[in-house]
Amino acid sequence: MTRFLLRRLLLALPALLGLLVLTFVLLRVVPSDPSTALAGENATPEQIAAIRKAYGFDQPLWRQFVVYVGQVLTGDFGNSIFTEQPVLGDITRRLPATVELVLAALLFATGVGIPLGVLAAVYYNSSFDHAVRIVTVGGLAIAPFWFAIILQLVFAMDLDWLPLRGRIPVGMPPPPTVTGLYLIDSLVAGRFDLLTTAARHMLLPAFTLSLGSLASITRFTRAGMLETLQKDFVAYEKAAGYPERRVIWVYVLRNSLVATTTQIGLLFGALIAGAVAVETIYDWPGIGSYAVQAILTSDYKAILAVTLVVGVIYAAVNIAVDIVHALLDPRVAEQL
Amino acid sequence: MLIVRKFLRDVAAVLGFVIICVVIGIAIFGPFLLPHPDLVFDSDILRRFEPPSAEFWFGTDNLGRDIFSRVIIGTRGALMVALTVVAIAIAIGVPLGIYAGYTTGWPAEVIMRVTDVFLAVPQLILALAIAQLAGRGLGSAMAALALTYWPFFCRTVYAETRRLRHTVFIEALQGLGASKTRILFVHVLPNVASPIIVRATVGMGFTILTTALLGFLGVGATPPNPDWGLAIAESREYLPDVWWAATFPGLAILITVLGFNLFGDGLRDLIDPKLRRSRS
Repeated sequence: MTRFLLRRLLLALPALLGLLVLTFVLLRVVPSDPSTALAGENATPEQIAAIRKAYGFDQPLWRQFVVYVGQVLTGDFGNSIFTEQPVLGDITRRLPATVELVLAALLFATGVGIPLGVLAAVYYNSSFDHAVRIVTVGGLAIAPFWFAIILQLVFAMDLDWLPLRGRIPVGMPPPPTVTGLYLIDSLVAGRFDLLTTAARHMLLPAFTLSLGSLASITRFTRAGMLETLQKDFVAYEKAAGYPERRVIWVYVLRNSLVATTTQIGLLFGALIAGAVAVETIYDWPGIGSYAVQAILTSDYKAILAVTLVVGVIYAAVNIAVDIVHALLDPRVAEQL
Repeated sequence: MLIVRKFLRDVAAVLGFVIICVVIGIAIFGPFLLPHPDLVFDSDILRRFEPPSAEFWFGTDNLGRDIFSRVIIGTRGALMVALTVVAIAIAIGVPLGIYAGYTTGWPAEVIMRVTDVFLAVPQLILALAIAQLAGRGLGSAMAALALTYWPFFCRTVYAETRRLRHTVFIEALQGLGASKTRILFVHVLPNVASPIIVRATVGMGFTILTTALLGFLGVGATPPNPDWGLAIAESREYLPDVWWAATFPGLAILITVLGFNLFGDGLRDLIDPKLRRSRS
């Protein structure tokens, strides 16, 4: 297992190095003149020249790259043009909000998606199966940003049941920071009033975000179940008189979940992409809305830092998934 | 024709196929059937914010333009953008994937490492960054989407080609002295075509969604383009009173993408032999 872990970590290195090259190319090579881009629209030629010198754009490319890697490794991403704060600080401050949202969405998607997938497989080709299929395909076809607006329109503006935007009402102090996740922090602080407020704010964004993942998880669970249900051991267990419910929900499900776990890891990318849209519409103060704000204000350093941070998190999640995968199925560990 | 009969039994896939045909029909013939061709780009301030009625089926927007006509014209744009992006992604990804899958050595290795890097970042984040850095507009958005989408094709084709490399018929061809180009494009390519077609179909839907999102965020289509995502963005500040301006372009996205997804799903079932066995 240790050998597997080491090899898996080593495998992630080229991708991370590639990510550094990619972001470097994006900032230094894609814009025709990065100094002009960094200086902003109303810069004078002197300011542009000063920036060129300050950032070392007059140096050869390879040396610029070495300097860039050094900056990234020491966590120095520079200051955001928009918030005028260090970019890394902005991101770490906003990260818990996104993590909380993504976790809530993933929890809901798994909790509902797995049972739905199991039932669809057990009642294969029934009207229930077809209904699940239509709903899941529909869930993947809906534009999250539009769905968010429609939910706001109905539940916040029209019915007035749920808050329109934000994590908590403006002016309300958040719970004392322990994890940065408001739901957990307010529980720790014993503030149940805050817990309900935060949960009510969370409901629409998390539901919107979960829709695509819910569809994926349901489909993968269904496909995995269908495959496992045809295995000999299922026939044996049924013949041996095990209760059917136990066979399906314990033995078959456990054997079908391997594919679903991998899928959950892959979903993370979709969830981050979804968070960009969902956070923008619900004014959720996470890194998704930060990325959009950075893009709309041409905040290059913030854009690159978000890309890098998300890439690193993505790599970490994939490593974690592979480890879980190897724990569930020891054959995987041997293959690597 | 067994395969056609098999396909026709799949109600969901047939529904998807019908939707795609209707959408393509609208894209081709829609511009000639507009109820208000003059109110697609030109505004009529006196008639702004009219709710859906017999005259304006989907209502009018903040400039008094007919939303129904704009959604129709937007169909053409959405399909053209998605088709271009997917075509470019295939044109880059498929040759690279076939080559890297068939050969060994450093060029193949480089291709796959680059693919891995692109797949290591969520596509949308990368596309947003590239679209912004290349200068805002529909052209940059399309380039950004194609540039971040080819690795998906490359990966799929690579895996399929790897599987084929040691099959008997390829080895026979090698023994007969067929050139590499001939083997790759005459013999390997048709055998990896089905996963490409499935991926391209689903990719059409996916690209329509992403393009709409880019338009919505302001890094895609620019006004007065009747892009669906842009239309939703423009309607936001008039909510909740002008609900129709946001609702109908979104429904157009939903139905179109649904068509491609249902059809792609049906194709996958038809093509994937593992599923075929369990289905019949």
